[in-house]
Amino acid sequence: MKFPILSMIVLSPFLGAILITFLGKKRPKLVRLVATITTSISLLLSLYLLFIFDKSIPGYQFLEKINMVESLGLSYTVGIDGMSLALVLLTAIIIFSGVFASWTIKERDHEFYALLLVLVTGVFGVFVSLDLLFFFLFYELSVLPMYLLIGIWGSSKKIPPKGPMAKMIIDLGLGRKEYAAMKLTLYLLFGSAFILVGILALYFKAPHPTFSIIELEKFSFPLGFQKLVFSFFYFGFGILAGIWPFHTWSPDGHASAPTAVSMLHAGVLMKLGAYGVVRLGMGLSSDGASELAIIVGTIAIINIVYGAFSAMAQTDLKYVIAYSSVSHMGIVMLGAATLTEVGMNGAIFQMFAHGIMTGLFFAIVGLVYEKSHTREIREMGGFGKKMPGVATAFVIGGLSSLGLPGLSGFVAEILTFLGAWKSSFQWWLFPAVLGTFVTAVYVLRVAKLIFFGQLDEGRYSHLSDAQGPEWVSLILLSAILIIFGFLPFVLLYPIDITSVGLIHKIMGPGP
Amino acid sequence: MNSNSILVFLVLLAPFWSTLVLTVVYPLRRSGKPAGIFSILCILGSLVFSLILLFSKNFDFSFNFSWLPSLSGPMAQVGFWYDKISGMMIIVVSLVALMVQIYSLGYLSSETKPSLGRYFLYQSLFAFSMLGLVLANNFLELFIFWELVGLCSYLLIGFWYHKPEAAKAAVKAFWVTRFGDIGLIIAIILLWNKTGTFDYQTIFSLVESGALEQSFLILISILIFLGAMGKSAQFPLHIWLPDAMEGPTPVSALIHAATMVAAGVYLVIRLFPFFQASPFTLNLIAYIGSFTALLGAVLASKQDDIKRVLAYSTVSQLGFMMAALGVGAWVASYFHLFTHAYFKALLFLAAGSVIHAVGSNSLSAMGKLAQKMKWTSMGFLFGALALSGVWPFSGFFSKDEILLGVITSGKIIPSIFLLLTTFLSGFYIFRVIFLAFFSTAKSQIHPHESPKVMLFPILILAALALSSGLIQQNFLNFLEETPTWHSFSALKVIVPAISLGLGILGIFLAWLFFQKQKKVPQVLALSLRPISKAIDNKFYLDNFYEFMYAQGMLLLSFLIGWIDRYLVDGMVNLAAWSTGRLGVLLRVFQTGKAQDYLIGIGLGVLILIIWIL
Repeated sequence: MKFPILSMIVLSPFLGAILITFLGKKRPKLVRLVATITTSISLLLSLYLLFIFDKSIPGYQFLEKINMVESLGLSYTVGIDGMSLALVLLTAIIIFSGVFASWTIKERDHEFYALLLVLVTGVFGVFVSLDLLFFFLFYELSVLPMYLLIGIWGSSKKIPPKGPMAKMIIDLGLGRKEYAAMKLTLYLLFGSAFILVGILALYFKAPHPTFSIIELEKFSFPLGFQKLVFSFFYFGFGILAGIWPFHTWSPDGHASAPTAVSMLHAGVLMKLGAYGVVRLGMGLSSDGASELAIIVGTIAIINIVYGAFSAMAQTDLKYVIAYSSVSHMGIVMLGAATLTEVGMNGAIFQMFAHGIMTGLFFAIVGLVYEKSHTREIREMGGFGKKMPGVATAFVIGGLSSLGLPGLSGFVAEILTFLGAWKSSFQWWLFPAVLGTFVTAVYVLRVAKLIFFGQLDEGRYSHLSDAQGPEWVSLILLSAILIIFGFLPFVLLYPIDITSVGLIHKIMGPGP
Repeated sequence: MNSNSILVFLVLLAPFWSTLVLTVVYPLRRSGKPAGIFSILCILGSLVFSLILLFSKNFDFSFNFSWLPSLSGPMAQVGFWYDKISGMMIIVVSLVALMVQIYSLGYLSSETKPSLGRYFLYQSLFAFSMLGLVLANNFLELFIFWELVGLCSYLLIGFWYHKPEAAKAAVKAFWVTRFGDIGLIIAIILLWNKTGTFDYQTIFSLVESGALEQSFLILISILIFLGAMGKSAQFPLHIWLPDAMEGPTPVSALIHAATMVAAGVYLVIRLFPFFQASPFTLNLIAYIGSFTALLGAVLASKQDDIKRVLAYSTVSQLGFMMAALGVGAWVASYFHLFTHAYFKALLFLAAGSVIHAVGSNSLSAMGKLAQKMKWTSMGFLFGALALSGVWPFSGFFSKDEILLGVITSGKIIPSIFLLLTTFLSGFYIFRVIFLAFFSTAKSQIHPHESPKVMLFPILILAALALSSGLIQQNFLNFLEETPTWHSFSALKVIVPAISLGLGILGIFLAWLFFQKQKKVPQVLALSLRPISKAIDNKFYLDNFYEFMYAQGMLLLSFLIGWIDRYLVDGMVNLAAWSTGRLGVLLRVFQTGKAQDYLIGIGLGVLILIIWIL
């Protein structure tokens, strides 16, 4: 038997979580050491995967299969294609930086790290699972620890009760971390109910009972059924991907979450939603997907423009970044909805690029908050003088998010735009391009307000640049944004072969 | 890859190497001056390689690397196209960049070491991006470098980011040029979809064979021109350039005078076979260009900040080049780009030397500088003479070439605009000369001549401002283009005479008003109050954009933010809240007392009986 690389990637953080739970109490150094080692194992193995991945095979690679209950068609099957490869790599990078970004956590740190590693096990599991039941199991595993992570280690903020529903805002405690944790968890669980129904529908409709994605991809279901299943998956996963108007858990959740959790959630978990829509929605109910692409794409456009304007309206730095994620997830969904090879490449590349970028942003915001004790943009200014490194990283992230060439964001955006004009709904292009302009306006405005201008020397005399382990995520993530911006083909070769396969399945083997 | 391809590669690699090293090798960057010298050596390398390439006389070759893969062959490549146009341009870019970087060593000597290192990092990145832009052989690559030079402009304008004005100007420059770039990117996407390629030459041959219909060409060329308008500061997207003067003066010389702002002009020259196919767009370019030329000249005449005079002058001269392109005189335009790069960089560097000495940008703080700063004054004078088109300075030749082209094309309005601009150019630049260098000093200042490291580039550029026009015939021969207007022998004499006359008239009036201090300007200003006020307010364009930004975008964003928080999210909260309320309501019935439940059962039975009966 070959070395089970994928299972190792998934289990390594889980092992770390177990070790930390039992040995980590009151041993902060050991906790961090274990977390670093186990996540770097995953990271190194993912890089190795990128290196040995066969770019000429359209299907799944590195398959591992253990039969569980044969009569039910249940088995532990893992394998990856180009899309999962990109996302596994993304997850490994983000969790590795996340470990360093949480270095300064003091309160109940071993529990925090253990939960973080459990969560990431779930994420890895989703990306490599080729069995629907395991897929769902891992999916839940990645959503639930979030409740504790935000509820215990999160931070609160006051939101002014205004508007027709002011009373409710007071009653529910909007802005408190407990509220955010509850909202996020309930919202996502609500979505996963639809996913479960979709999965069971496929299971019972299949000619012979199976949970295997590879098997299910071969069947062709009736169109009406496919449309139904696709809508279930789109809605269920779409909530996690932040599709409008079901995105409001994301700003509250990301703003309240501790740094590493925001990084992981906005950077990776939202991609998990998009991945679900593409892998299960488009992969298993292709005809449904092509019928409903117009809805997916149009909502994606709303996401892009609406998210960008919402981000501009925010005065809290974390909310700005959270809304920018909502806007950028629109690009992912738009790329997928174009149903073209280049658009799909753009979507998958954007999943990766945006994951890195937003991870970087949240790492920076965490640092700024920790050092200045404020998240209000209007109270900041001139920070560039005291924290040049942080300012540089923020500008790199910002430029990537507005699609500056030379950074990863551009590659994703241009591919998506090319796909949009090539698709059946060309008008998508214009609002999408407008959205990137609006992004340029708000990102640079925020960068200017925070880092440029005069520093309030009295209040911020203690401000300092990143130190020690804090540099890891800043440098690593900025460097990745630049490297993949200049050399996108490293990742695009594996992605392309997968997109071609997917698009053929949906559109038929056309020219 | 033959040896010439390797040379082209090296031209780019030198500044790229410098960027990379200064980024990664942290101690070198923090060391300040050594970082500067390293960067200067690298750009010197580029200049040497470009010169070797030029003299090896091997033109028109192109090579590619795959960049964006696709199953059916690469969909986008990175490649370089070395021909006479790009070959000439890389020399201009690397030469001016070299001069400016040397000058910066002196000009920014009071900066802290890390900050100086950062400056040279940006300078290297700029040199790399600008050379890449010039050498690009396809639209996507062009766009990449196009945005990268915009990034450098943003970073360098905001170099003194702690100054609020600089921070504001940097962001403004980025937004305005980015707005123009929306057009460019859409054009590229549309073109790709139509032709399946980004490659210049493939698209040119498609245009020539008539495979693309006229309406499509017009649309695309206008969209591309929108990008050029943003970058080359054409009306109404010119507003960012004067504010960009908040950056260090050497930056203004290199980026906002000689090279980057000329990229829009270069783009149209590079894509001229494409633009030629849509006369409608060319016409539009002629009008926008000539109007911008006049507008810039008018605004330049009333600025107090010496750098802003030069900035508006750049706007005006870029308009000149665009107007020439609009009538098809791309060679004239290119020649003017070539001479303008030297004399405008010279003017900026000399102005920088003045600012360095006086410690202020304001003309009213200067006076009688010619006595104290001989070399600087001479440099500025040379630049001014070239700008006003006095024989034998370079501007004379290139400007007349444009005027000839525009006049023989028979477009009346652009011709008048450009002639007026010629007059005003002499006027506004000699206004500066007299106010700063000759008229009496208004404040107590003790200027001193700048160090040699700053004078050396000024002298080199002064020599070029004097001589670069004289090679006119060689330039035309080199590009193998004989402009059509060269056959009008009568015009060939009359037009230069008129333009020279207008330029000298402008100089004379400037002398009269500002040296002899006749009260005419004040009287004129009084009688033409509304116009004068409009000039002071930059014709209210900035106010208009400000309004669009604050009342349009910010207000809209506020509205959407409110809707999101209180309505969209409100619905979610409503669902949660009403579930909670429902629970409270139902709790009333769960009292836990047996009597209450007994009453409930009784009532239920009663209802059932009634139901059945």
